[in-house]
Amino acid sequence: MEQFFQQLLNGLAVGGIYALVALGYTMVYGVMKLINFAHGDIFTIGAYLGLSLLVSCNIAGLLGPMAAVLSVFVMVALLTALVGYLLERVAYRPLRNAGRLSAVVSALGASIFFQNAVMLIYGARFYVYPDFLRPNFTVHLWGLDIPGIRLLVIGATVALMLALSAFIQRTRTGAAIRAVAIDPGAAQLMGINVDRIISLVFLIGPGLGGAAGLMVGIYYGQIDFTMGWSYGLKAFTAAILGGIGNIPGAMLGGLLLGVIEALAAGYVAMAWKDAIAFFVLILILIIRPTGILGERTADKL
Amino acid sequence: MKPFDIRQLLSAGLALLLLILPFICNAYWLDVCVSIGLYALLALSLNVILGQAGIFHMGHAAFFAVGAYTTAILNTSFQWPILWTMPLAGAAAAFFAMIVARPIIHLRGDYLLIVTIGIVEIVRIALLNDVGGLTGGSNGIFGISRPTIFGFRIAKGTQFYYLVWGMVGVSLLLFHSLWHSRFGRALNYIKEDDIAAEGCGIHVSHYKLIAFVLGAFWAGMAGTVYAAKMTTIAPESFNFLESVIIFAVVILSGGSHLGVLISAFLFIGLPELLREFSNARMLIFGFAMMAMMIWRPQGILPPRHRRYNTAVSLAKGTPPTVDFASTSKEETT
Repeated sequence: MEQFFQQLLNGLAVGGIYALVALGYTMVYGVMKLINFAHGDIFTIGAYLGLSLLVSCNIAGLLGPMAAVLSVFVMVALLTALVGYLLERVAYRPLRNAGRLSAVVSALGASIFFQNAVMLIYGARFYVYPDFLRPNFTVHLWGLDIPGIRLLVIGATVALMLALSAFIQRTRTGAAIRAVAIDPGAAQLMGINVDRIISLVFLIGPGLGGAAGLMVGIYYGQIDFTMGWSYGLKAFTAAILGGIGNIPGAMLGGLLLGVIEALAAGYVAMAWKDAIAFFVLILILIIRPTGILGERTADKL
Repeated sequence: MKPFDIRQLLSAGLALLLLILPFICNAYWLDVCVSIGLYALLALSLNVILGQAGIFHMGHAAFFAVGAYTTAILNTSFQWPILWTMPLAGAAAAFFAMIVARPIIHLRGDYLLIVTIGIVEIVRIALLNDVGGLTGGSNGIFGISRPTIFGFRIAKGTQFYYLVWGMVGVSLLLFHSLWHSRFGRALNYIKEDDIAAEGCGIHVSHYKLIAFVLGAFWAGMAGTVYAAKMTTIAPESFNFLESVIIFAVVILSGGSHLGVLISAFLFIGLPELLREFSNARMLIFGFAMMAMMIWRPQGILPPRHRRYNTAVSLAKGTPPTVDFASTSKEETT
């Protein structure tokens, strides 16, 4: 039973990270109907930028571990948001009116570009995050010894998700994002600047993705330049699982996928972990083709 | 039809170039041309699914893998001659496609895309984990023999070159007549508007399934050629990036058969040309992918609109451009 709860908490921590990355996929899909395949590599860029800021710029030495991690968190989110903004301007805006698959190929090209850019700048070896940044206290709860980092990651992802939900549901800008997602043409007629909303989405999504990259660096302590592929693919799976274009769906899908994976790795077989995640996805899509929270909409009428 | 059509000139030029290529380039570039031919074969088979029927399928490497492993297992464990395994490799891939596609074929565009990506990952992981003790785990299978035709053993680069491009030629002829058949028209109609197609009496999921199975059959046969050429196959040769490249070749081509060949040359040839940049070559390749799509979002050579000689259009003097609904009228292109 103890193993079960440990795996569950581990799954929630990893699932929270998947959910943060999945939010970027699902928001972009909502407003542009585009699968941003480069999003996983923006996540990698976040992890590497975080490492550079923490180690090379010696912020950790100046501010102490806790304040350093918090300030780097904000800086990484801002920098990756900028990368996302530029990506949209260069690679996607010229293809706004072209076929959807042309934009997908452009996104795949951008993904290969980013991945190799990171490899050229940092080299092909993996990097290790400094150990002292990792909070190593444990919490005793219900007879379990829970690593503090696990709780911090769960707490941070949940806080970010709640903040995003409040922004989308409560503010005028959030309402504009929802309006563009439902019908860009009508939104434009209502006086919403669609270009600005799309740019905003490409700031928020990559910002969250970059922050997630930093979290993976601190949580696992090790990063490499190809990790964007697998995390991106998992996060995209999570977005589909919850119903793509649906923000609460991405959160639910991410957490669910993390838990399923952790339990599968603990109880079924480690080597089949990734295959089981996709297998569950296929099962859910067969049973409920629009994802768990996706509305049933007719494609064409 | 104009006397000198640019596409016909291009096709003739390309065919001539392909015939004389083994005499003018060295062993290294010949090898590159063999892989271009292999990718052209895979892209032609994906074109039936993605280009003609408009099914978002990004897992073609899975069917390629099933074909290659079928050949490898039959050849190394049961000593079948390579070319005898080819129909069986195709059939195995087609059967696999039928089983996996049946429950998912009704899914909408992007949902299908992620499921096909999932399938390619599941197949790769299954091969890695040595399913049934047949696939050899991460080492793969080695010691696959060379193919023989009527006692003539194909082992040299030039011989493989003609084998692969001969297969491409035969496939082109078959897919060309498929494109002009009633079946090809139905697939096009489904791509343009599947609800209208359903309304006109086309059994959409049935046709989509046939397109899927047909494309998988061809990919399986391409797998045989790949296994015979490499003599060693491993799961990492059939990863997601492989599927992405085949997918991108088809999208960049625009959907016509000539376009697929040109696009395969660009996609496989370009990274080889960039070898001198060593580490930066994939960076340039990714940038080129973006630039090519922005430069030509519709693809290099989209297929021409089908034109039909109808009495009405002749009377008006202007042929109607697209008319997929007509079922039995003569085509002039």
